[in-house]
Amino acid sequence: MSAIAFPLPEASILVRRDAILRGLAELVPPECLVTSEDERRAFETDGLTAYRRMPLAVALPRNTEEVSAILRFCHENGVKVVPRGAGTSLCGGAIPQEDAIVLGIAKMNRILEVDYGNRIARVQAGVTNLAITGAVSAENFFYAPDPSSQLACTIAGNIAMNSGGAHCLKYGVTTNNVLGVRMVMIDGTVVDLGGAHLDSGGLDLLGIVVGSEGQLGVVTEATVRILRMAEGATPVLFGFPSVESAGATVAAIIGAGLIPVAIEYMDKLAIEICEAFAHAGYPLDVEAMLIIEVEGCEAEIQAQLGRIVEIAKTHGVSVVKESRSAMETAAIWKGRKSAFGATGRIADYICMDGTIPTGRLPEVLKRIDELCAQHGLRAANVFHAGDGNLHPLVLYNINDPVEQEKAETVGNEILKLCVEVGGCLTGEHGVGVEKRDLMTFQFDTVDLDQQMRLRAAFDPAWLLNPAKVFPLEGRIAA
Amino acid sequence: MSPLGPTTEAEAAAFISEARRAGKPLVFQGGGTRAGLGRPINAAQVMTSRGLTGITLHEPAELVISARAGTPLVEVEAKLAAAGQVLPFEPVDLRPLYGTTGEPTVGGIVAGNWSGPRRVAVGAARDHLIGVRFVNGRGEAVKSGGRVMKNVTGLDLVKLQCGAHGTLGFLTEVTFKVLPKPESTATLVYGGLDDRRGVALLTDALTSPFEVSGAAHLPPGTGGAGARTLVRLEGFSPSVDYRCNALQSLLAEFGMPVRLTGPDALELWTEVRDARFLAEPREHAVWRLSTPPTSGPGLVDRLRNELDFVHFYDWGGGLIWLSTAATGDAGAAAIRQALGPDGGHATLLRAPDGLRAATPVFQPLAPALLALTRRIKASFDPDAILNPGRMYAEA
Repeated sequence: MSAIAFPLPEASILVRRDAILRGLAELVPPECLVTSEDERRAFETDGLTAYRRMPLAVALPRNTEEVSAILRFCHENGVKVVPRGAGTSLCGGAIPQEDAIVLGIAKMNRILEVDYGNRIARVQAGVTNLAITGAVSAENFFYAPDPSSQLACTIAGNIAMNSGGAHCLKYGVTTNNVLGVRMVMIDGTVVDLGGAHLDSGGLDLLGIVVGSEGQLGVVTEATVRILRMAEGATPVLFGFPSVESAGATVAAIIGAGLIPVAIEYMDKLAIEICEAFAHAGYPLDVEAMLIIEVEGCEAEIQAQLGRIVEIAKTHGVSVVKESRSAMETAAIWKGRKSAFGATGRIADYICMDGTIPTGRLPEVLKRIDELCAQHGLRAANVFHAGDGNLHPLVLYNINDPVEQEKAETVGNEILKLCVEVGGCLTGEHGVGVEKRDLMTFQFDTVDLDQQMRLRAAFDPAWLLNPAKVFPLEGRIAA
Repeated sequence: MSPLGPTTEAEAAAFISEARRAGKPLVFQGGGTRAGLGRPINAAQVMTSRGLTGITLHEPAELVISARAGTPLVEVEAKLAAAGQVLPFEPVDLRPLYGTTGEPTVGGIVAGNWSGPRRVAVGAARDHLIGVRFVNGRGEAVKSGGRVMKNVTGLDLVKLQCGAHGTLGFLTEVTFKVLPKPESTATLVYGGLDDRRGVALLTDALTSPFEVSGAAHLPPGTGGAGARTLVRLEGFSPSVDYRCNALQSLLAEFGMPVRLTGPDALELWTEVRDARFLAEPREHAVWRLSTPPTSGPGLVDRLRNELDFVHFYDWGGGLIWLSTAATGDAGAAAIRQALGPDGGHATLLRAPDGLRAATPVFQPLAPALLALTRRIKASFDPDAILNPGRMYAEA
């Protein structure tokens, strides 16, 4: 399987493997270094499992000082570094290279400080997304971005990919919820960007680091916003007889000045798959379903829900089902958040992540169906409808190379379509290696050149996660 | 020399290419309402965005609006108002503070990341900016972001341009995500609290589940009145009523508030947003400090021993507006010293040119960050043509 090219490993690095391992062994104790082939295998891929590369070694430092020492060593010796959180990236953001070491921050998983008065938590970067909410939920606080992988994914990975989730319609994505980071530059220099205060006093360097996919530095600590939970929240299922009526309902709700905390869309196939897995009570006799969650005090919930139901009725909704209990609410969200895993039970799939202007939803969904049909494939659609972030899951059989190629072709066509209608290649998963070669569909050469010059201001020799994001041809160093 | 006034992005690119060839730096201007902001620049040639106007996209059902950078803010706000929408971050109008006339532009708002009281709840200008077009110092027209609100494709140059004060590019077009205008607003005004009690009240309000969208404390004398502590609630009418009552119970220990609605409340929040309380005396310097909210009163206490000033708080105590005598360093050393323990930054917003040339206007950077800032500046503007030295003498 070789559709996505990796750079050829540098022979001059490979022959120095023993010396590099010896050098690393002087910086961290043996339990922080993974060198055997068997153990390294656990790190050779991430959530994009169709691609694998065995790294030179894996370093698992315990603190900022060790990260700094490792990066300084790699900088001095010209060794490439692939930073890694929990390895859940769906775009291959953490896939290694043979001539690179993996630098994993998973051992750095402590919550350092919770300050409710200032509404912040300071955490080590290997803390999982859900652990932050776990640490503050007893006081009725939470950390807002909620990617589906939140049980496993780290805050470092969230920062690298600027992760979103189902509730960002109201609360924003990672970049809107991180106030500061401690970051180690490739030469080992440690910098603090932002802090517990709002906004930058100089250039918004934090803004550029979030979403930089491990190419600008290695984040070892983060200060994130924690928010007080709403008094209550109620998800409601809306079933529709057609894709168009569901799409029109979304536009009408937002056009009417209502911003639910989440509007999630599932098509018929996605509903069937998720219902079989989670038994959430999803309606099976509809073509499309919206999960709309509203929150606040009871007066707020009822006022919003009343209006939303009214709007849905004018667009021909056929099923309206309000959650009646915390158990029902949990089941509804379990079904949605396990969409990817549940789909994996019935077929292999590639998960796309383009965003489109929400007004183009019906035509884009129709076109996705046509593209799949042309290649004899099926797609399950499940996505964040309020913000137009699509996740078509193109189903195929990974053991059939012809089908895999077709699936990748369809995936690429879908992403080009997203760009064509005014959207983008990726809304929350990142570019990684998966969409790297599609960047020229969204950006002109001058756009990419400017990004690469900025990248080189942080990492002049392109040692940090270099196989990702930017097409391999035409790269600009400092 | 008369200002350059490009009417298209291509013209702007040509002007910058020419300036680069001639080695003659440019100073950028929008509506000119923030003249006096940043370090003074020694450059003869002004380039204005005022010829680049017009709303280029507004899709109410997608919560998005785009406009060319020189478009007056009022035009964008009027267009949004007609659809029942607002720029959620409450852009600051600095005309009262600078004593300037003219119309603030959307590009100027972006260049300074100018966010008002609602920033504490919904985020800053930078959080609502989803796309930019700009011309870099090579004379190239560059785009980043776009018109969709979830977009992680490539490096986020959008954030970097917001608050860069034109040092990384001449903005030509900006795109915001917007929100519905709140249906109803109410402000609870508590009287007679000192700074610590006032900020304690704001902290309790902001850590409640009642979605406070404005939290300011005005010490006695601010606007010629006694001490006032303001908590704003916005949303659907029944919800606002409920939350007002709930908050009042929660905050019972701080006394009985006056409930303010309508034009009086609007006026009060506009005064807070624009720091109008500090406009006079005109010859005084004005600072804007950002620090962790609960650190605000302690910081002010530390400064009391060092400096004469008047001040007030926004953002639950985290934003401190402060007015000092425009003599010496206008209190720069003392203010930045006082910030030290808790972190944050101080910007000298208003002071005579000479003072702003001699005193760092923006928070001085640690050596590693200054070096990085210089490399970033060079990556956008290799020959230092764009607003050179506006933020830092060394970059």
